[in-house]
Amino acid sequence: MFSNPDLWKFIFGRLTWQDVLPETIVFYTFFVVAAGGLAVLGGITYFRKWGYLWDEWITSIDHKKIGVMYIILGLIMFVRGFSDAIMMRAQQAVAFGANQGYLPPHHYDQIFTAHGVIMIFFAAMPLITGLMNFVVPMQIGARDVAFPFLNNFSFWMTAAGAVIVMISLFLGEFAQTGWLAYPPLSELAYSPGTGVDYYIWGLQVAGLGTLLSGVNLVATIIKMRAPGMSMMKMPVFTWTALCTNILIVAAFPVLTAVLALLTLDRYAGTHFFTNTAGGDQMMYVNLIWIWGHPEVYILILPCFGVYSEVVSTFCGKRLFGYASMVYATIVITILSYLVWLHHFFTMGSGASVNSFFGITTMIISIPTGAKIFNWLFTMYKGRIRFELPMMWTVAFMLTFVIGGMTGVMLAVPPADFVLHNSLFLIAHFHNVIIGGVLFGIFAAINYWFPKAFGFRLDPFWGKVSFWLWVPGFYLAFMPLYALGLMGITRRLNHFDDPSLQIWFVIAAFGALMIAGGILAMFIQFGVSIMKREALRDVTGDLWNARTLEWSTSSPPPEYNFAFTPIVYDHDAWWDMKMRGYVRPLEGFRPIHMPKNTGTGAILAGLAVGFAFGMIWYMWWLAALSFLAMVVVAITHTFNYNRDYSIPAETVALKEGERTALLAQHA
Amino acid sequence: MTTETALQTAGTPAFYVTEEEHAHSSTLLGFWIYIMSDTLIFAVLFATFGVLRDRYAGGPTPQEVLEIPTVALNTAMLLISSITCGFAMLEMARHRKGATLFWLLVTGLFGAAFVGLELREFFGLVAEGAGPQRSAYLSAFFTLVGTHGTHVTIGIIWLITLMVQIARKGLIQENTRRLMCFSMFWHFLDVIWIGVFSVVYLLGVL
Repeated sequence: MFSNPDLWKFIFGRLTWQDVLPETIVFYTFFVVAAGGLAVLGGITYFRKWGYLWDEWITSIDHKKIGVMYIILGLIMFVRGFSDAIMMRAQQAVAFGANQGYLPPHHYDQIFTAHGVIMIFFAAMPLITGLMNFVVPMQIGARDVAFPFLNNFSFWMTAAGAVIVMISLFLGEFAQTGWLAYPPLSELAYSPGTGVDYYIWGLQVAGLGTLLSGVNLVATIIKMRAPGMSMMKMPVFTWTALCTNILIVAAFPVLTAVLALLTLDRYAGTHFFTNTAGGDQMMYVNLIWIWGHPEVYILILPCFGVYSEVVSTFCGKRLFGYASMVYATIVITILSYLVWLHHFFTMGSGASVNSFFGITTMIISIPTGAKIFNWLFTMYKGRIRFELPMMWTVAFMLTFVIGGMTGVMLAVPPADFVLHNSLFLIAHFHNVIIGGVLFGIFAAINYWFPKAFGFRLDPFWGKVSFWLWVPGFYLAFMPLYALGLMGITRRLNHFDDPSLQIWFVIAAFGALMIAGGILAMFIQFGVSIMKREALRDVTGDLWNARTLEWSTSSPPPEYNFAFTPIVYDHDAWWDMKMRGYVRPLEGFRPIHMPKNTGTGAILAGLAVGFAFGMIWYMWWLAALSFLAMVVVAITHTFNYNRDYSIPAETVALKEGERTALLAQHA
Repeated sequence: MTTETALQTAGTPAFYVTEEEHAHSSTLLGFWIYIMSDTLIFAVLFATFGVLRDRYAGGPTPQEVLEIPTVALNTAMLLISSITCGFAMLEMARHRKGATLFWLLVTGLFGAAFVGLELREFFGLVAEGAGPQRSAYLSAFFTLVGTHGTHVTIGIIWLITLMVQIARKGLIQENTRRLMCFSMFWHFLDVIWIGVFSVVYLLGVL
């Protein structure tokens, strides 16, 4: 049929049969994923849930549902990123001397790149964004975000980016460049395959979503707070979310721009970062870290917010040093822009430049240390309840301090010349990202899950997960500190010195424990769903908490609050409880809400088509998809009928149901 | 302490708003934030240009390829379009639909003239062998100037869409809000162009 090679080339670009499922391991992965995917799709069809999914979730502009979808996406991609991790640990544990291990270098390089990219962009970012989406509007007493449609669009663009990266597993290859794709390796001359293109387009599509969700949440927090909630009465999580989204808005454009320049180098033959014609590779490294360092704080700040909420709730006390917590957050936000060069002290920019960036980096530990003391002083003389969120918080404090101290070690330029690109660095940033970001997300999931679904998570399996995760983390990463100090560099897939093997075996064992922890977490979800009647919370305020999201029912109605609350204190809900707030039972009014729309999902689908066309040089597909995106976007602006009113009777009905439920359980 | 006194003076406070509040639109603030982020994209391109501006790689220098008279004309087109955009906004404030549409049309035409002149310059450069592949300097030149030009082109498409919407629905609140955003965007492109004109063209030939 395709005897004409030109026609094949026109239709399929550079895609050939050799690109389909190129590796044996991938071949099996494909069948597992395909079987799983077909089972899910078949199940949805069998139970006739497509309409429900489309109406209630895919097209939903409800910030709570979008938040939940973000978290589901983040957890799925987290499993993908973790399978990369455990493959690397297994390879490094066996590949000594004559044994080459089971992963050839070409495949191994893709795995460490994919692991980094997926964990940062498609696991951590969606989890963080999902949390902020779910919690922030309720904490500030709002009914939705400032731009509900944009919120849905942002989510689907993030999901589209994840889809693009996932396609690379089965068609062609992923980048073999490391997670930041430094040139000249990432240039066409040295990476002629599709790998770097998957990387670029996956990140560009997802990055647009992230940027827009940043704009959205900043506008939401500034404009939509309940009456009385001045800036210094905002809950700490909202404060950290505000700073994080400011960082997103101020950092992601840099990533977009620098990736666009790399794209031009690869597609249009320009010379930004090439070896020839005046290109400058270190400019890429500078620019990408001007995004990359704030990105670290984008991830960690909301988790600091989570810990603050958890500590004050589970100690039954108002947070110690609220104002200092806020200022520490702001200082970190600003300083995060002044440290990027510490990622490449070895560039050779000279002693004075390195000193400047070394000192600014060390200064960041001051506001961070202040935060740790604030949490400790909140716990001091508190009536601590060691529920799961609090356990994760304590584990965080112990672990993060170690990661922070090794960070200060790396901030010393002469020390960095020894430790740069070693496993010490790998241990350090996993120490802060797992111990800081991931533990925070687990604390948050256990803390807010009952708010989202109306029943809490099973504590037994949560504790199993906790006790596998925390020691597993130490076993997996402490050996890497030791190896790094011995001078072992990162990203190696084979070692000659057999005396090192024991360290890698211990690390692999730690990774296995973490695998058990992840499994226990999913069992926890399953068990909780099955035992949901026993775990149900009808009060809406399971933890006797302090902020406004706990003042409404669990799960909250789509309008969040029947009446907009008035705020007098930064622990607004605690304040209401202390002063005898009585839930209003009548006088309900119609509530204005935005309508669902499928435009976001359609645009994101077209973005996948566009990216796929660009990656495989199927220019017709790229052009058509791009044109279709423009048409769909413009058509969407012709729709002026975007809101509807929930009638007062419906509100009264829903609130009445809750009144009955509360009376029944009183 | 201040919070406690506030509470005491409030007596038995109201815990919630009984009147349905009409949420004020956050669109303009959101659009300002977007413009700020777009400014950062240009900041990166300016910085890149600053680093690469003398990397000629044996290729042409700015003195050899840049034509200031063309760019002066070009700049005039864009600045005039900003003025006419301002006229459109004034007419919008007076609720005069026809006049608003007229000034928007004029704005679009000047914008199109700008893009046309820029394309002519680009094609001329490529024909001379001074395309973006020639040297890092020219890569940075084409990308910075071209990104601005792409923004103007997107602005023109947006403008046409808005004109159709105003023609069909009139100067209703949604449309005036969109016009405000458009006007911000258009002036923003003007500001960026001043930077491009000064850094790329004037500093290039001086």
